[in-house]
Amino acid sequence: MIKTQNNKAWFLVLPVLVVVAFSAVLPLMTVVNYAMNDTFGNNQFFWVGLEWFEEMVTSSRLHDALGRQILFSAIILAIEVPLGIYIALNMPKSGFWASFCLVLMSLPLLIPFNVVGTIWQIFGRVDIGLLGHTLAALGIDYNYTNDPFDAWMTVIVMDVWHWTSLVALLAYAGLQSIPQAYYQAAKIDQASRWAVFRYIELPKMQGVLLIAILLRFMDSFMIYTEPFVVTGGGPGNSTTFLSIDLVKMAIGQFDLGPAAAFSLMYFLVILLVSWVFFTVMTNLDRQEGK
Amino acid sequence: MAQITLKNLAHSYYPNPTKDEDFALKEMDHVWQDGGAYALLGSSGCGKTTLLNIISGLLRPSQGRVLFGDRDVTDAATSERNIAQVFQFPVVYDTMTVRDNLAFPLRNRGMDPKYIAERVQSIAQMIGMEDRLSRKARGLTADAKQKISLGRGMVREDVNAILFDEPLTVIDPHMKWELRTQLKKLHRDFGHTMIYVTHDQTEALTFADKVVVMYDGRVVQMGTPEELFETPQHTFVGYFIGSPGMNLLFAQIDGNRAHVQGEAVALGASYAPLAGRTQIGIRPEYATLTAGDGLPVSIKRVEDVGRHRLIRAEVMGQPFSIVAPEGMEIGADMTRVAFVPQKINVYADDWRVQGGAV
Repeated sequence: MIKTQNNKAWFLVLPVLVVVAFSAVLPLMTVVNYAMNDTFGNNQFFWVGLEWFEEMVTSSRLHDALGRQILFSAIILAIEVPLGIYIALNMPKSGFWASFCLVLMSLPLLIPFNVVGTIWQIFGRVDIGLLGHTLAALGIDYNYTNDPFDAWMTVIVMDVWHWTSLVALLAYAGLQSIPQAYYQAAKIDQASRWAVFRYIELPKMQGVLLIAILLRFMDSFMIYTEPFVVTGGGPGNSTTFLSIDLVKMAIGQFDLGPAAAFSLMYFLVILLVSWVFFTVMTNLDRQEGK
Repeated sequence: MAQITLKNLAHSYYPNPTKDEDFALKEMDHVWQDGGAYALLGSSGCGKTTLLNIISGLLRPSQGRVLFGDRDVTDAATSERNIAQVFQFPVVYDTMTVRDNLAFPLRNRGMDPKYIAERVQSIAQMIGMEDRLSRKARGLTADAKQKISLGRGMVREDVNAILFDEPLTVIDPHMKWELRTQLKKLHRDFGHTMIYVTHDQTEALTFADKVVVMYDGRVVQMGTPEELFETPQHTFVGYFIGSPGMNLLFAQIDGNRAHVQGEAVALGASYAPLAGRTQIGIRPEYATLTAGDGLPVSIKRVEDVGRHRLIRAEVMGQPFSIVAPEGMEIGADMTRVAFVPQKINVYADDWRVQGGAV
């Protein structure tokens, strides 16, 4: 067969290239540009190479924020994934109450992030908040504005409240797709409740759980709005996660160079983790189809 | 192992059944002898699976009792009944190896690992999967998975019964024979009570000593393959067993004669006056095309099915099939069909009537 070579075909993909260039590539390149330059104002930039990256990699401020970030993501994953699975396992399988639970579970997911932050900011206040006031009335010394532990608790409980539903709903969808025959066979085989979970439910939920973990990891790793509204990153720096720190650096202090270097590395970390998840998931699919 | 007794058993999927139609399983009393090989035969949706699930305890009957031996197990959970069941579609534990799949029921009962290893080996041999024992069950073909399901059903030696719910649906035809033979052998070797659900009569007749035919939520007949063939207790059995099924002609019964639209047919027995819808049933094998005697017949077509020929015809406007031996000449003058009187069954409202001496 003779292949026709016609380079005019490239014009057909041009519109897409232009749109992508303006929406993604150019902004990203601007950030790369900032990361490699320094300025003293007047739009005069001079080349500093990888200096900002070196500074950021060795910056203890970034290390601390990264440490807090990893701890936060680890804690909320450790709570939300098992809790979500547990809720999914105990949700009604059909009928009115199943629909009712689904709606109830979806509600937190529909609330805008800053509203969630505001709700908990007020909810936790000792003077007027239901939670804060009740805890105080019970004699518990709770104040998220000046106690780091209380601030962490508040932010974590808020995230669990906001996002466990997502894990639960995904796990529920996975559970619903298991044919009844599997449960019947397990009963015939005299499998224990644990064995049913371990060998039937968990393997069948594997795919959706990986998606849930990926989504929750990425979202929690990039979390900004809710803790910013509740604690503003405080007390001190105790709840200053990566995004909050980045915004402080870029917009608060106007350190564009370090902030740009920081955000590029931040982006690469998330890209890397997503790539790992993607690889694992596609491998699973391939095994499934074999 | 135990005899399984069903007492006044009935089941409905509705919470408050009132009418007869509400019941998926109509009230029945039935005994499965210890060590019997039964086939449960019936068309789709007649309650076969419901009945199996009640025996295995996956379903609690809306009324009646289930007894294993003398023990009432109606309220006992499936795991207490120690019963094996193989489903129509393969159920394997994907993340386990073939070996672990087969060992699973034994491990759950806390058996000795050495015994488990031996038992798994012999079952693997039986289902022909010894070479794939260490492979993960995920990604095997449907028939390999079904063989694992069968293996898991057979791995326990001390079960009260093994229930098969159309287990060979997804298996290749040549493998079907092989596995069915293995099941029969297993039955001979261990003497488990086996109940084998199918809607394929060949499968039922080759597997079982006793065939139970269900129709519309009822057990309409239990008997040997021969009894089902010769004396179907219900027109459904006549229609369902045999290929083609029994011919049915509407007739008035008068003593030892039947009248089909005025034409008399001699019967092998004498009958008291019958009420309701009366029919006579004649197997195609017991009808002969003749030039002289019998009822007038109009032949529609002749099918050659190998060992014999099948004549599709009409008798008095009612469809009728005749089995003719291979070499038989079918002449243009053969316009009548004669029956063997002793082989004619009489039905009133679809149920067989026992005749007296002529």
